[in-house]
Amino acid sequence: MNAYALLGIKLIGVSFGSMAVGLLFMGLGRKVTARIQRRMGPPFYQSFIDVIKCFTKTSITHNFVMDLGIIMALGGLIATAFFIPFANFSILGSSSVVIVLYLMSIGYLGMAMGVSASGNPNATIGISRALALMMGYEIPFVMVIMAMLITYNSSDLLTYAVAQSNGIGSWHIWKYPLGFIAVEIAFQAMVGEAPYDHMIAPAEIASGPMVELSGKYLGIGFLLHAVQLYVETGLIVNLFLGGASSWYVMLVKMFAVYFTTLSINAVMARYRIEQGIRHLWIWAGSFGLLQLIYTRIWG
Amino acid sequence: MEMDNLYLANLREEKQNMWGGLVNYFRKRSMWMLYYCTGCGAIELPPTMTSRYDMERLGMGPMATPRQADLLLITGYLSVKTLKRVIWSYEQMQEPKYVVGFGSCPINGGIYWDAYPVINHLEAFIPVDMSIAGCMPRPQAIIDAFEKLMGEIQEGKAIGYKRYEKHYDWYKKNQDAVLGRTEAVLKPWNDPFASNPSVDELMALEKGESNV
Repeated sequence: MNAYALLGIKLIGVSFGSMAVGLLFMGLGRKVTARIQRRMGPPFYQSFIDVIKCFTKTSITHNFVMDLGIIMALGGLIATAFFIPFANFSILGSSSVVIVLYLMSIGYLGMAMGVSASGNPNATIGISRALALMMGYEIPFVMVIMAMLITYNSSDLLTYAVAQSNGIGSWHIWKYPLGFIAVEIAFQAMVGEAPYDHMIAPAEIASGPMVELSGKYLGIGFLLHAVQLYVETGLIVNLFLGGASSWYVMLVKMFAVYFTTLSINAVMARYRIEQGIRHLWIWAGSFGLLQLIYTRIWG
Repeated sequence: MEMDNLYLANLREEKQNMWGGLVNYFRKRSMWMLYYCTGCGAIELPPTMTSRYDMERLGMGPMATPRQADLLLITGYLSVKTLKRVIWSYEQMQEPKYVVGFGSCPINGGIYWDAYPVINHLEAFIPVDMSIAGCMPRPQAIIDAFEKLMGEIQEGKAIGYKRYEKHYDWYKKNQDAVLGRTEAVLKPWNDPFASNPSVDELMALEKGESNV
């Protein structure tokens, strides 16, 4: 087969695969939250039904920039998904963590552009909260990444995963314990779960960025969240939990990361926005900084 | 009679569309609600949503804005002033959309049947797909009504939004007849800067000599 055709098939496969994995996690997550609240909860495939239903509805667009922004957000996140090694399958052979961090922000910026164009003040408030929070969690995250860069002299995620392949004892979670705590706190904010769910605060700012999204725009919004879950859980598994040698181990590890987040989400209330950023900088930031200093001096 | 014709036309249309049944399955299994909590019926929704009756089993959940919702719940009596907001919310919702009236008040006015600011028949203003009798309906009745509505969506009978589109003149006439009663009591404020007053006029205004 033509090499380009093969690459194309792989790219399409990763696009739809990342959406499917993310939607499956969202459905399982709703089930887990329901069980924590002693409810039965929806079936695990509920997110797929929701998204398909969204695409069968009529929808309103406000202007061209809104269409462009939403598609740019989805495109940016899917492009990030290409760089995440899934088990030992990586399309591009090498995947730099710097590129992942860079591309991930395109998703958020596209979302910001799209929903701000809708002209609803709630959407603007939501997106300004999201960008403020981004400043809070990216700094601790980058500090931990820098610690790894110092140790390995490489930014390749596959290098990190290979270095952790000698059983549980070799996982980075033991080598960078403070960094892992910092990244877990930052991850809570990245996926927008409580106590950092300022961005989508349904009772407060009417679901923030999603306020004007209807029909297929809302469906794309769900897909965005799905791909985001895939990217971010995959990133943490590759950074700290030893990557994986087979796809089901990878899925289990990714869901374990999300499960931790959901469990915290189920029992926490929402911080105010300035409390949230302060908390991220003080706690996640100081853990990340300590890890960086420790690695620089003794690592 | 006319409603029957519309229903048959809808069935014919869905029969021609081979995906109709499948699409209806997704629509019925994922209904997002926008609840309009003016009346007392809203108090029966928390037990319906939380662990005892758990409506999320049916794929239903609350949504924040009309744009995202499929299902508008009118939970109780509706005053003339809120009717205008209900109509705005309903018209912002994206098709297909369904309306459920809670309790006796949207059906015939309930205990407010002779109150001057309350409307008696909701279905004269927006199309109602399902009414739940009772004052107030208990969570069992609400779940039962939602299951019936899901059945109607699957069969292609819940076509209130098409009725609204087809008979918009009739609905609009009814709406105008009632909303015409709610003229503003206070006169609009007279803005002194609207017509670029001269300096003299402003000085006079400051001293309180003029009432522009």
